[in-house]
Amino acid sequence: MDLARYFFYYLIFPGFLFTAVVGLLTTWVDRKVTARVHWRVGPPWYQPFADTVKLLGKEIIVPAQAQKTGFLLMPVIGLAAATLASTILWVVNLAPESSFIGDSIVVLYILTIPAVSMIIGASASGNPLGILGSSREMKLLFAYELPLVICLLTTIYKAGSFSFQRILELQQAGGVMLGSFSGVIAFIVTIMCIQAKLTFIPFDIPEAETELAGGTHLEYSGAALAVVRLNMAIMFFVLPIFLITMFWGGISFVGWRILTSILKYVAIVVIIVLIKNTNPRVRIDQAVRFFWGPMLILSIIAMILAVLGY
Amino acid sequence: MVKKIPIGPFHPILEEPEFFELHVDGEKVVDIDITIGWSHRGIELLSESKTWDQVPFLVERVCGICSASHPYAYVLAVEDLLQVEVSKRAQYIRAIVAELERLHSHLLWTGLAGHFIGYNTVFMWCWKYREPVLDILEAVTGNRNHYATYRVGGVRRDVPQEEIPNIRKMLDELWKKNDMLTNAILDDPVIHARTKGVGVLGWDKCREYGALGPTARAGGYDVDARRDHQTDAYAELDWDVVLCQNGDVFDKAVVRQLENFEAIKIIRQCVDKLEAMGPGTEEDLVLEIGEIPPGEGLGVYEAPRGEVFHYVRSNGGNMPMRHKIRAPSFNNILTNEYSVLNYAVADAGLITAAVDPCYSCTERVGRVDTRTGERWVMSEGDLIKLSQEKTEMIRRSLRGK
Repeated sequence: MDLARYFFYYLIFPGFLFTAVVGLLTTWVDRKVTARVHWRVGPPWYQPFADTVKLLGKEIIVPAQAQKTGFLLMPVIGLAAATLASTILWVVNLAPESSFIGDSIVVLYILTIPAVSMIIGASASGNPLGILGSSREMKLLFAYELPLVICLLTTIYKAGSFSFQRILELQQAGGVMLGSFSGVIAFIVTIMCIQAKLTFIPFDIPEAETELAGGTHLEYSGAALAVVRLNMAIMFFVLPIFLITMFWGGISFVGWRILTSILKYVAIVVIIVLIKNTNPRVRIDQAVRFFWGPMLILSIIAMILAVLGY
Repeated sequence: MVKKIPIGPFHPILEEPEFFELHVDGEKVVDIDITIGWSHRGIELLSESKTWDQVPFLVERVCGICSASHPYAYVLAVEDLLQVEVSKRAQYIRAIVAELERLHSHLLWTGLAGHFIGYNTVFMWCWKYREPVLDILEAVTGNRNHYATYRVGGVRRDVPQEEIPNIRKMLDELWKKNDMLTNAILDDPVIHARTKGVGVLGWDKCREYGALGPTARAGGYDVDARRDHQTDAYAELDWDVVLCQNGDVFDKAVVRQLENFEAIKIIRQCVDKLEAMGPGTEEDLVLEIGEIPPGEGLGVYEAPRGEVFHYVRSNGGNMPMRHKIRAPSFNNILTNEYSVLNYAVADAGLITAAVDPCYSCTERVGRVDTRTGERWVMSEGDLIKLSQEKTEMIRRSLRGK
């Protein structure tokens, strides 16, 4: 029976189906807020679903130079990884006792797989712009992972454990991580890293519509593109939840905390969307300098503060 | 290892087909091939089959955005041939329409530049601010684009007196918005990081490539056809030529933003003068022009992108015998050959766009036999024949598969 339960968790709730639906709704929030900032009307709520359904019905074109297996397999692997991360996060948020030792490290590790899969997929596409995009994605990955890991370590250091259960318990008992100096700094740095992880402006360098015409996504079409898009939508859903779990007391469906959980989530999404809409795209060298310079220093300061007990 | 990255012929950064092939080493551009000729339309030839009065409508279509500057330069050329001077009222109306065009063109560019560096908010806002300008153009000329205002010997329509308060109100609002936009560009640290010191085209290179318009003025190369050729009313109006020194993308943006203020100043003065004159009659608007005698004329006007040059030659008939057009983008696009070198691929798109290129204006065709050095100019019939042969060839090759 356990197997059936895990399948249910992974495929229906809180796994693939739930994550995909909420993720697509999140992309709608993104599109609507963006449109309002632009003085446009914006799409109706079902637009992301309509787009996905439409893309699923379109022909998949594989470029002649492409390495077919890698090209088509990679988005699926990315999707599987993002869904797995979401499942783990939700299960531990809803039932902290199901946490296991080191699950925060596992989630962090799984969350890099979508980026890696895009790197491999775009390299396999055989398109020069796609390959340039994939090389940029790789540089970006190296740039933001270091400050991100150090920031998450501040929380892990305070909790004294790698397990989500301990992290959540500590925040429920002694106030959220965001209540301390080190927590605030780490939170800000993590938001910037999430912006890069989602490849949103100012760090949409691997896609760069007006430079690389989509870069890593360039050659994907039809159902494969739908999977890529879904992958991004799920990441857009998972990363704020991860952030809330690590710094802001987690998500809960008990009593009035439903409301605060949703508000926390929407607040982070809106912050991300506003950053996206009030900045131009930076160059890859500027992005790397930004993450290895100010962001790394800030994250080290947060770590030192955490060690000193602030 | 040097790789080739194509920008074009069809690419999201290009509003019209054009082909830039970047030779890149990692992220650095080491060389560029520019291929023009993807949307040649043969306007010069067409123009030689239209009557003198029909040509302005045709040359408006040279460029969808410079649709006042091309007819302006053409009518100046014909008037140069005729040696006539148009009425003051017509001169003011010409200046109003041309400067409104400059406003909408510069706002359009600022928006597009924002889009190219991924700043879509700037894109949307600029284009929203541009709307009232187009509304005023519609009220004054009847069209949002392709104004059909210019005519040999004057203009086609008067500016209605009741529209003048609306124009003033729009200008006042636009002044504020443009001020806000200019400050936003001057203050944003990320815009600075992306545009300062990028795509530098200094004074000497501007001179070497014959750069024109804001592209040249950003590099401190002081050319402005409105001042240099004392075009119509501009000689008596109070306005300045905006100059910057560095020649990078940032300065190109600043020049355009500041030129918007100058354009507003010019329109305000013209509107004041028109209001003082009161409503005019048909004779005030356009001179009676009879036969066009044999001879040749030059017309030069400063379009938003730089100097537009028109040459007409008459043999005494009712059509130009020769009509030569040179749009500023022809000079400006080729400056990319120098200005993108040694910058990142990420900057290349922005640099090529920073000259505010108008690709279809630059297209031209001539044929040279490289072995014998023999030259032809292709006629309409030749081009059609070539096109049909090509289609037939493609059809045959498809049938072969």
